[in-house]
Amino acid sequence: MTILSIKKITLEKGSKKLINDVSLEIEAGATYALVGPNGSGKSTLAYILMGLEGYREITGDIVFDGKSIKKFSVSQRAKLGLTLAWQEPARFQGLKVEDFLAAAVGKDGVSPTEALEKVGLAPSKYLSRAVDKDLSGGERKRIELAAVICMKPRLVILDEPDSGVDVEALKKVFAVMEYLESTGTTIVVITHNMQVLKKADRAFLICDGKLIDESKGGDVAEYFKNRCLACPRKNKLLKEEAKKI
Amino acid sequence: MKELNELLNYAKVEGVLEDKEIASLFIDNNKVLSSSGVEGLVLKLKEQKDGVDINVRVLPGVVIKKPVHFCFGILHKSKVQKINMNITLEKGAVMNVFSHCIFPKNDPSKHLMQGKITIKEGATFRYFEKHIHSAQGTSKVYPHAVVKIGKGARFVTDFELIGGRVGLIDIDYDMRCDADSSCDFISKISGKGNDIINIRESAVLAGDNAKAVLRSRIAARDETKAEVYNKITAKAAGAFGHVDCTEILQGNGKVKAYPEVEVLHPLARVTHEANLGGVDNRQLETLMARGLSKTQAEDLIIKGVLS
Repeated sequence: MTILSIKKITLEKGSKKLINDVSLEIEAGATYALVGPNGSGKSTLAYILMGLEGYREITGDIVFDGKSIKKFSVSQRAKLGLTLAWQEPARFQGLKVEDFLAAAVGKDGVSPTEALEKVGLAPSKYLSRAVDKDLSGGERKRIELAAVICMKPRLVILDEPDSGVDVEALKKVFAVMEYLESTGTTIVVITHNMQVLKKADRAFLICDGKLIDESKGGDVAEYFKNRCLACPRKNKLLKEEAKKI
Repeated sequence: MKELNELLNYAKVEGVLEDKEIASLFIDNNKVLSSSGVEGLVLKLKEQKDGVDINVRVLPGVVIKKPVHFCFGILHKSKVQKINMNITLEKGAVMNVFSHCIFPKNDPSKHLMQGKITIKEGATFRYFEKHIHSAQGTSKVYPHAVVKIGKGARFVTDFELIGGRVGLIDIDYDMRCDADSSCDFISKISGKGNDIINIRESAVLAGDNAKAVLRSRIAARDETKAEVYNKITAKAAGAFGHVDCTEILQGNGKVKAYPEVEVLHPLARVTHEANLGGVDNRQLETLMARGLSKTQAEDLIIKGVLS
């Protein structure tokens, strides 16, 4: 069953097309990867899907669960079960982790305590701390994932959950992805990491705002190894990661 | 007793009057409704025509085990309340005070607090001031104080509006810190309607290694006008001060901050940071992406700033 359809979306800023006539379909319950060189439009596409300010003036349409959400606010989209975990999570002066997570708890959602345990952070240590500069980037990233777990969304876009995290934290990212999959959440993950890419059922390659290709088979990482190395932009990150395969 | 019970209900403190180890003072307008002391704490009160003169003295070396409770209320129409409070902590004494200032009626009221606080060598004084004002912003409050913090002494104060609208708040504190002493002042106020918030805090780091941190957390909604003036002067070696002001503006109000730092000794240091503006859009969208409305998200962000 298709949960998300992106239909001929274009976003222009000045004379530049940041996203250029992109169409794709996302099936419910699967994990998709969105890959491409830096600046290719992956995060831009995520922001368009979430309806963030500055990313709403698009042509084309976005259909989520059979409804056009093009004119929906961020909150309205979230209430339908669509959410985004940012690559660089926001800092909140003074706001306690417990309150931050409790705000995310949706219908049938998971408690803040349980969510923190799932991302490998001790609730006794973190619930009373503030989501601010006293937390490291890696800790805030895990708390962002915990908020997604609390919400129990139908579809989550994870924007580079692997960037800036150490090996142990990356294991937790994988565990969270597996957990979300087990609850039936559809995942769209933006990544440069081949390990993360290998977790995806299918993948899309974005370059210069265009959808260049979509994987057809199960070996997604191998697919992009061949495709991206041939890309004239020679994305360094992908190239280096590909060598590890 | 009616007024006393009313104040107790607003302050939400239980067992204070019954516990013989808790010193307390309850005042409505110019009437002392209840007072009790504990060993080592000398409390002298004098009712005046429009207020009360209060003298508190903690004897040398005395540690007041349980927090002292003060409650200043204006429960009647169109009243002016003047509180002259003289607090002295003698050498090595320790006292924590929870002070509730309760002006809940929707009639004009004015509360003027003129404090003189002396914290002598090695003493510690923590003063947590919680305000409950009228819902229609009819309260005008003027907490003013001069604080002398002696050698190695410590002063911590936390000012917070926990109920009702600001009306007008005019905080004015002058603090002088002797050698090895410390001062930590934080005020957390959220205004709405046509509230006015004026804060003036000044700390002079007069002695070697004296430290002061002045923090203000303000939310100004609607037509609220807020001005924060923080000044730290460092005069001695090893002195360190920090001014930290956050003001969030929503609506058509105005927020201003005037951090003034002055260093008069090459081995002293004072830093400041000010963060004024609307609610951060990235924070808003993060919370909205979890399903909160814009208003709910703004409220949660402000709750964090004021926490």
